[in-house]
Amino acid sequence: MLEHDVLVIGAGLAGMRAAIAARAGGANTAIMSKVHPVRSHSNAAQGGINAALTDRGDEWEDHAYDTIKGSDFLGDQDAIEVMCKAAGQALIDMEHFGVTFNRDDEGKLGTRAFGGQRRARTFFVGDFTGQALLHVMFEQLIKSGVRRYEEWFVSSLIIEDGQVCGVMALEIRTGQVYAIRAKTVIFCTGGFGRVFEPSTNALICTGDGTALAYNAGAELMDMEMVQYHPTTLAGSGVLISEAARGEGAHLLDKDGSRFMEKYAPNMMELASRDVVSRAEQTEINAGNGVNDCVYLDCRHLGEALIMEKLSQIREIGIDLVGCDMITDLIPIRPGMHYAMGGIRTNVDGQTNLPGVYAAGECACVSVHGGNRLGANSLLDTIVFGERSGNHAAEAARSVNYMEFNVDQAVRNEEKRIQELLDRPQNGDRIAAVRLGMGESMNRNLAVYRNEEGMQETLGDLTELEKRYETVPVENKGRIFNTDLVFALELGFMLDNATPIAMSALDRKDSRGAQARTDYPDRDDENWMKHLVIKKGEVGPELSYAPVSITQWTPEERKY
Amino acid sequence: MDVTLKIKRFDPEAADPESFWQDFTVAIEENGTVLDALIKVREDHDGTFSLRCSCRSSICGSCAMRINGHAGLACKTQASDAIKDGVITVEPAGNMTVIKDLVVNFDSFWDKINQIEPYLKPEGPEPEAEYIASNESMLHLSSVTSCIMCGSCVSDCTVMEVDPTFLGPAALAKAYRFTADPRDGDAEGVSKDRLEELTKPSGMWDCTRCMECVTACPKGVAPMDRIMALRDQAIEAGFTNTNGARHTEAFSDSVEHSGWLDELRLVPKSVGMTNVSALVGYAPIAIQALTHGKMPSIIHKKLPQSENVRKIFDKVEGPEERPRKHN
Repeated sequence: MLEHDVLVIGAGLAGMRAAIAARAGGANTAIMSKVHPVRSHSNAAQGGINAALTDRGDEWEDHAYDTIKGSDFLGDQDAIEVMCKAAGQALIDMEHFGVTFNRDDEGKLGTRAFGGQRRARTFFVGDFTGQALLHVMFEQLIKSGVRRYEEWFVSSLIIEDGQVCGVMALEIRTGQVYAIRAKTVIFCTGGFGRVFEPSTNALICTGDGTALAYNAGAELMDMEMVQYHPTTLAGSGVLISEAARGEGAHLLDKDGSRFMEKYAPNMMELASRDVVSRAEQTEINAGNGVNDCVYLDCRHLGEALIMEKLSQIREIGIDLVGCDMITDLIPIRPGMHYAMGGIRTNVDGQTNLPGVYAAGECACVSVHGGNRLGANSLLDTIVFGERSGNHAAEAARSVNYMEFNVDQAVRNEEKRIQELLDRPQNGDRIAAVRLGMGESMNRNLAVYRNEEGMQETLGDLTELEKRYETVPVENKGRIFNTDLVFALELGFMLDNATPIAMSALDRKDSRGAQARTDYPDRDDENWMKHLVIKKGEVGPELSYAPVSITQWTPEERKY
Repeated sequence: MDVTLKIKRFDPEAADPESFWQDFTVAIEENGTVLDALIKVREDHDGTFSLRCSCRSSICGSCAMRINGHAGLACKTQASDAIKDGVITVEPAGNMTVIKDLVVNFDSFWDKINQIEPYLKPEGPEPEAEYIASNESMLHLSSVTSCIMCGSCVSDCTVMEVDPTFLGPAALAKAYRFTADPRDGDAEGVSKDRLEELTKPSGMWDCTRCMECVTACPKGVAPMDRIMALRDQAIEAGFTNTNGARHTEAFSDSVEHSGWLDELRLVPKSVGMTNVSALVGYAPIAIQALTHGKMPSIIHKKLPQSENVRKIFDKVEGPEERPRKHN
């Protein structure tokens, strides 16, 4: 029998940090991921990680205020305080682990400017900070001796009498189904980006953990808050880092003028992401773009700076759209990028389900509220990954493994998977259902939203869910059957899509990433609250939760 | 545009599991990548086709494979550039066993990474704040830590093809990432234990400098250059009692003093003049060389203008030009 005190699902930065912390806390710890840890999507964070270091004259309160303002005052201030206070140590820990951060002239950690922040507090490794952190975290994971289940896909969470018992998982390489017993389970499964098409997110970002937890009764929060990043490539939707603007790049309309002057005269291109994306979309809608894009202009930064600090995104531009940022403008547009919402947790990662934790993008603490600041996501993963791991290890000491009928559970899961494989051909394809969902979400739950569009998407989703019930899996084999994995992922994505659309439809104001043309203003009197969604007897049930306000009074946001 | 892919398939669950070639023609965008085309195959044509892929932007390292016979990332290769005689030929990465279609077994890859103890090992106490280090030293390391462990270099390594025990380009480049880190090893940043370990057989001296890994690497890590830098570090740290170090020294001595290579004396000098058993092992090769008229002359004459070669050595060995540890 496979059993662990702490079982972490997902091996990106949050997951590995959680596992390392739990192991250090003395727990029998394992980490399970549908891909090898270094293939995780934390890789794709390019620009950096925020921290206020006091020896640079920075204060955690300033970082907290910028984060709260960035969140459009929907972020929970108590949680944001926890994150910003812990940031300095988290950063230094990563440096001690071996991250090759760029330095300043004195040999100390160097910084770059980032959006929505009044001072440069973003620490970075060129333009591949996430990859640099992820690989170093994996080195530490190896050192820690945590048991790794690589390329194992978690297909369900087992809860009995309200207490977590473990998970069911498919070993992708063999196609075998296993039950893994666990006293605590920490979801660190990342975002749900692929629910939208296009998205900057990797193909693996299918909201698995969010769906698993939701289906088991966990509360989701802030699901309507979906960040559209201002600089994504047309077509593939691949990300061009905010680091470009942090280093001084401009945004230009078709006539070459810096339109951000109209929207954020002080911060210009470095206003918060929601503000910049709305400005771009407004310009594009007014006919001031080119082929639904505006331009990112890096040419004045010079070859030397680009080669030292932005070389990888330069390569991406050359590889994917044939534009060299040293000499060419890059056509970009707002694109789906990040889920502020997710599994509702407290600052220790605990959910409403005893023994179930969440951290990283799949969780909602809520430190990002309506809009996440660039370079706060890496910080979120490390701080709350570690806290969850610590708490789960401690909690596991005082509980026993829950008994459940393992053989029965394996038989049931086997049967479910075999039924999926046995579905007859009907001409439909998994990819077609996914594309239908992604395009509908991107049409109606993007930068601007309205009731009519969102109703249309909810209708689409009902249809797509019906198609999902019968869509065939073409590959009938067991060994490395990616077709089967996609089918399971598609189910999870649909489980995410409805709560996103329902929450967005329910919130009748514009705040952070949610901009409704039919409710264009922020309405603090009625909507300064979190939307919580939970699976009820007949369908999703919405409720509300207060926003924690400690010392920063909500005010109108200007950049 | 339409592109035709010729894909090497393998189904381990088939009645007769043997690899076979299959052609697919798919429509992709003008600037589409080989990965875009492969995803089209999987999504619209044949759901039984398996490959690993995720980020689509050369950062996750999942989609390394052989494209037209050479390893690289499918997501970094423009389809239009890859068409040869009307088709793009796609096979699984080499030097690893195939699990299914383009999915290979990375166990041996990670075993070798584990062998080099891939985590920072400072010998002294940690500072309270960050380590102080020059930006140059970190930029130099970042050019190696930008390795995404995709396995392209391992796929095309010609030494691993004949000697699976060779640590290989990925693990050795990873090792260099630590030996070159001012934070790793002793107070001077010298990682003596690592270097000693890496001078053993199957380590740094087994690379034949064929350059395939440098060509294959999609991230500009240039693993072979890192292996050469490891050799410099090992010699500098005093690990000269190895075939490789002796070979390097004998090679350079000969050229420095005569202007050209004394092939006959290179072998005994490399394995050690007194190492009789190793020398006897070379006897068959010597006999073959002799019978084929390839035996170098016993008398090794200086070239007429060998003084000029010596001047080059003086010039090169004056200032330290090769990458060393920056502090």
